[in-house]
Amino acid sequence: MLILVACKPRGAEIKIGVSAPLTGDISALGQSTKNAILLAQDEVNAEGIKVGDKTMKVRFIIEDDENKPESTATVFQKLISQDRVVAIIGSQSSKCSNAGAPIAEAAMVPQVSPWSTNPNVTKGRTFVFRACFIDSFQGKVVAQFATEKLKARTAAVLYDIASDYNKGIAEVFRDEFTKTGGTIVGFETYNTKDTDFSAQLTKIKGAKPDVLFLPNYFNDVPLQVQQARKLGISAAVLGSDSWDNPQLIKLGGDVMNGASFSNHYTPDSENPASKAFIAKYQARFRMLPDAAAALTYDSVYLVCKAIATAGKADPKAIRDAIAATKGFQGVSGVITYAGNGDPQKGAVVIKIVNGKFVFDSAVNP
Amino acid sequence: MALKPNPPTARPPFQPALWVVCCAVLVIAIPMQLLADAGFCPAVFNPYYLHVLTIIGMNIILVASLNLLNGYLGEFALGHAGFMAVGAYTAAVLATRLLPASSALPPVIGQVFILVVTLGGAMLLSALVGYVIGRLTFKTVGDYLAIITLGFNMIIVNAIQNMDFLGGPRGFTGIPKNTNFIAVTVCALLTIVVLRNLIQSSFGRVWVSIRENTIAAELMGVNLLRTKNLAFTIAAAFAGLAGGLWAQSQQFITPRSFDYIKTTEILVMLYLGGMASLSGSILGVVAYTVLMEVLRNLLSAFAPELAEWRMLISPLILIVIMLTRQYGLMGHKEWRWLRPKRVA
Repeated sequence: MLILVACKPRGAEIKIGVSAPLTGDISALGQSTKNAILLAQDEVNAEGIKVGDKTMKVRFIIEDDENKPESTATVFQKLISQDRVVAIIGSQSSKCSNAGAPIAEAAMVPQVSPWSTNPNVTKGRTFVFRACFIDSFQGKVVAQFATEKLKARTAAVLYDIASDYNKGIAEVFRDEFTKTGGTIVGFETYNTKDTDFSAQLTKIKGAKPDVLFLPNYFNDVPLQVQQARKLGISAAVLGSDSWDNPQLIKLGGDVMNGASFSNHYTPDSENPASKAFIAKYQARFRMLPDAAAALTYDSVYLVCKAIATAGKADPKAIRDAIAATKGFQGVSGVITYAGNGDPQKGAVVIKIVNGKFVFDSAVNP
Repeated sequence: MALKPNPPTARPPFQPALWVVCCAVLVIAIPMQLLADAGFCPAVFNPYYLHVLTIIGMNIILVASLNLLNGYLGEFALGHAGFMAVGAYTAAVLATRLLPASSALPPVIGQVFILVVTLGGAMLLSALVGYVIGRLTFKTVGDYLAIITLGFNMIIVNAIQNMDFLGGPRGFTGIPKNTNFIAVTVCALLTIVVLRNLIQSSFGRVWVSIRENTIAAELMGVNLLRTKNLAFTIAAAFAGLAGGLWAQSQQFITPRSFDYIKTTEILVMLYLGGMASLSGSILGVVAYTVLMEVLRNLLSAFAPELAEWRMLISPLILIVIMLTRQYGLMGHKEWRWLRPKRVA
């Protein structure tokens, strides 16, 4: 039976593969990925895509990669050789996208990762794209925000050394902040699942930094800020897009007020596309979309637009059309590709005011 | 006096069945890879099947070598993924840093040469790490040994995570794809044949005697520490071999792929197949991997909205299997071609 399924010719519908962490340690993110895909699929199919002179429908094949690199490789291989998809959206975490990319590249099927910010994912590859900015850009955004907006001269960083994401951003921030004339007075580390940061924070307190940068996940950050304030550190607190979760406020409470972080998009933006997306998402799934949902939604439209532009559902033509994308107005911002798989795209800085995420400023590259 | 219970003959008797099976597997495997490389009829036999078969081959090496410890030696070791990590990273470093000029070699010979060097290096280093760890850990037994080996697994993973020249937590990218299905099949067959011969040799009998009655074995003059450590080192070397193949087939490795969750996965396949049975190791891996992939295909063909239920359905099936077959699929039993020939 499986063989028969595999032999079916490419029919009236266009198949696009999705590799998402539906189970595993970030399954909440997999769920919002799936929601965004389902929402976009219905919208796209309401009108269909104009491919050449016919109107075609798209079908998304969503596979679970368990947030494991080896499963992602299997999923990619299945989507490409069994389902014969014309493009793949995914995966979300960088380690998984990195495991799928060699397969997509070898099979010459375009891959668009919504959320993988690790620079290695697209490096040296022609068929791999991402819809988000890379870690280094975020480090730059926060450094720029600290020096220009907060007029900070000294900064301290506390980050999780066991996670590639945190480490990457912390290092770029250090380099960028020093480049603009600032001084890093503390560069402290901890390990995933640590809950007592008093040793590192006491050291940081002695250095008296103007800002404290915490590029860590939303479940760790509230503890760190609470302990810092208890020790008497009054520095302004900064963070990165890993803060983007309602849990941050639930766990942290008042202590989080006044802190700022960089993000891909903001729910209270004035962009009409974002507003429409948020309204539709909230009506259907009864929750606010996170950045991963917004980026997945953008990835779907990026691929569908490319199919329409290419005029045929052929992986190579779609790849060329994605690479030539200029000024694509997405939910998470304007996407332009210039020569490689990393978009030129702005970031936003969000400030926490009275327990709410409030748009502070936009930073463009 | 060393224990040599009933040594049959100096050399194991010639067993045609073993060689027939090995040759048959190779005769099927080699054309499969060559046809896939040529892009021939991808609808009937596509690279996805080949990918799954490759994973099965690598898992057979892992599970069979862990069976040596958990099944035949009767110890409960929980650090197998750690040795796999050592092998994977060794092979990755050798393939990318030390052998960049080998692309000048003629295609097939060059590929074989690279594989022999990288996999040999992977096996050597993981055997060395296994030997050192074994020396330290085999002073304990039972649950304590399990915890200590688990600890070493964590140490290896965390150490790699903090080594920047290995990519640290970001993982090691850009490993060339040197492994294919043929290489994995040959390695898996070699592993099975070597382990089978070892288990039937006097070494194997000593391991089993330790499992059955440690005190009696010691009384008979078995050097427990040395004998156990030999098994541990051999198992570590084969885990390293699997890791080396893994790295060069996945082309990207990250330390966290080798944490205790990977060890648990190996254990599940081991217990599903059954202890102290190489046939069980093969069958357990095939059953587990095929079950997961068949469920994936069935769900995506008939009920795509239930994709995330796969991780709920498959453990349920495993539980039912274990409840009906308490010793796993092949516990303490062996297929005929893997069984020792009786000497009259």
